[in-house]
Amino acid sequence: MPTERKSGTTRRGLLRACLAGALARPAPAQAKSTVVIARDPDNAIDSARLLRLLDRAVQGACGGDSPLEAWKRIVKPGEVVGLKVNCLAGRGSASTSPVLVEAVCERLQQAGIRPGDLVVWDRLDSDLESAGFRPSTHSGRIRYIGNDQAGYESDLATFGEAGSLLSTTLTRTCDAVIGLPVLKDHGIAGVTMALKNFFGAVHNPNKYHSNAGDPYVADVYMLPPIRRKVRLHICDALAPQYEGGPSFMPHWSWPFHGLIASRDPVALDYTGWQIIERKRADKGVPSLRAARREPVYIARAADARHRLGTNDPGLIDRMEI
Amino acid sequence: MDRREALKTMVTLPLLTAAGAGAAAGAPAAEDARFVVEARFYEKMPAKRIRCKLCPRECVIDDHERGYCGVRENRGGTYYSLVYARVCSAHVDPIEKKPLFHFAPGSLAFSIATAGCNVNCKMCQNWEISQARPEQLDSTCIPPQKLAALARESHSVSIAYTYSEPVVFCEYVLDAADAGRAAGVRSVVVSGGYIQDEPLKEMCRRVDAIKIDLKAFSQKFYREIVNGDLPSVLKTLAAIRKYGVWSEIVYLAIPTLNDSDDEFKGLVRWVKTELGPDVPLHFTRFHPDYLLKNLPPTPVPTLERAKAIADAEGLHYVYIGNVPGHPAENTYCPKCRRVLVERAGFTIAALHLDRGKCHFCQQPIPGMWEGMLHL
Repeated sequence: MPTERKSGTTRRGLLRACLAGALARPAPAQAKSTVVIARDPDNAIDSARLLRLLDRAVQGACGGDSPLEAWKRIVKPGEVVGLKVNCLAGRGSASTSPVLVEAVCERLQQAGIRPGDLVVWDRLDSDLESAGFRPSTHSGRIRYIGNDQAGYESDLATFGEAGSLLSTTLTRTCDAVIGLPVLKDHGIAGVTMALKNFFGAVHNPNKYHSNAGDPYVADVYMLPPIRRKVRLHICDALAPQYEGGPSFMPHWSWPFHGLIASRDPVALDYTGWQIIERKRADKGVPSLRAARREPVYIARAADARHRLGTNDPGLIDRMEI
Repeated sequence: MDRREALKTMVTLPLLTAAGAGAAAGAPAAEDARFVVEARFYEKMPAKRIRCKLCPRECVIDDHERGYCGVRENRGGTYYSLVYARVCSAHVDPIEKKPLFHFAPGSLAFSIATAGCNVNCKMCQNWEISQARPEQLDSTCIPPQKLAALARESHSVSIAYTYSEPVVFCEYVLDAADAGRAAGVRSVVVSGGYIQDEPLKEMCRRVDAIKIDLKAFSQKFYREIVNGDLPSVLKTLAAIRKYGVWSEIVYLAIPTLNDSDDEFKGLVRWVKTELGPDVPLHFTRFHPDYLLKNLPPTPVPTLERAKAIADAEGLHYVYIGNVPGHPAENTYCPKCRRVLVERAGFTIAALHLDRGKCHFCQQPIPGMWEGMLHL
């Protein structure tokens, strides 16, 4: 209802957002992207085994002679590092596992990040709490904070069809962000993993689910603070869900005992999508295309306007370890 | 405070109690159970999904998720409104601001909104509330009876559900309109008209006037600029007429997007054919905002061109809005052409209506005139 005015946004803010978008570094279009699928051979995950799985995944995705060196390629001491988890589904394997978050925090601290410079964040304090994290902002310790507690910017960030207020945790608190999504089906968008995880960084994700999230998922990820600050994605594929998502539906999840890591969110999402499709076929569930929710936003994110990564299988170096 | 004084000072009410939710930044309050009621228009589906039946979008929503409007949430397979009595904006406005020109001219409307909207217009002037989720805004709890009492205390003839989109806080509108009616206060709705027939019918049973923002007369505009659809809104306009509720139409003319002669002609022909020549049609001026800052304000000649087309088609009450002082803000008698209501912005300068008839020639003038200002 536009005719009764309440207020507006500055031209300067818009200009700043556009300029930042223009300066954002495009991913090299033809470079091969590595996607690591690390699985536990014994299908028995505990904290120690998860740490080893994480080491293999991150070293595979980032290179280096050791896992520690791989982490040091991602973050530097003194930086504030945000871990963007996905807690919408509450407790259960459809939310990022607290055990995985603990493991990532442990390795980041070994790489020189102080506990007080680690921020685990998602949309709401209540979402974090329901997934097993305790919201906390004690200085000197790892912080767990929802956007509702931290707040949003007052100037709109825009790209394409996206126009949103961004979480101040992303824009002001964090220097670097690591995405920790979950491998799962999504009832509207087809699948949700690395790209769509950042719907949790904007104030209005409800506006972006039309047309199976296309082009909104890709457009939101193009917002400069997201594109500039996110350095790595580690997808929780311990017990993925091939149907009924994003809610936790245990009868549609299966033990995969894996982590999928990549610096390329498009390649990761494409790879994860294929895993979901194979499981759906195994279980006799219609493909996502047949279910009319093929995640076409993945191809959109790879197009010439977005260049967020590659969805070309020939350009994805898929490492199963 | 008399009505004139209130009009002059355009009282902005402070948020009225301290019982509301916390601010978006810094202090999220625990959810207030008074704001949460089961939604009235939805159907349950397997696997804890629901299908919303409030607007034509018919969102299918998984557990823990919200609809497109952002103010309705699926909790374990039951659908809830999160904005019942959760008022984020409250003002005493002249009814001309809605605008409703044939409804108690010169009267005050106690105007309220909650967060949320079921479309996403790129030109929205109130996007800070319409595109927000309820927990992102400071709000206060104003239950229906309290709302009716506040309207009376402020000498308002009506409660106006406005600023964001009343369709998304439908449950509150229905109860507040009942409470208002019991207290002698009428209700008016300012809406984009993107609503299904059943909730519309319930609304029409309770409210006295509806102003519809018809955003364009092309499906392309509705798809690309509004994220809605034109046929649904036209259906709503026809249904309001069928249900006998007074309605007026606003058409925000936006340079290059919906301001062609052909579009204006299509619009006015449809209005005349489907609704009749007596429905007031307001062509209003666009100002750049939200996601349409790249376009200039509407030139006044564009609005005059639109009005000329509507006049030529035979519509009786065609106005130009957001251009203070323009002669097309006035109401003219379609028979003797004398000025019946002279307006200066939101102020009434002169009134020449006697019990709904032209003072000069006794031509009946359609509208709801009871409660109008007496100069």
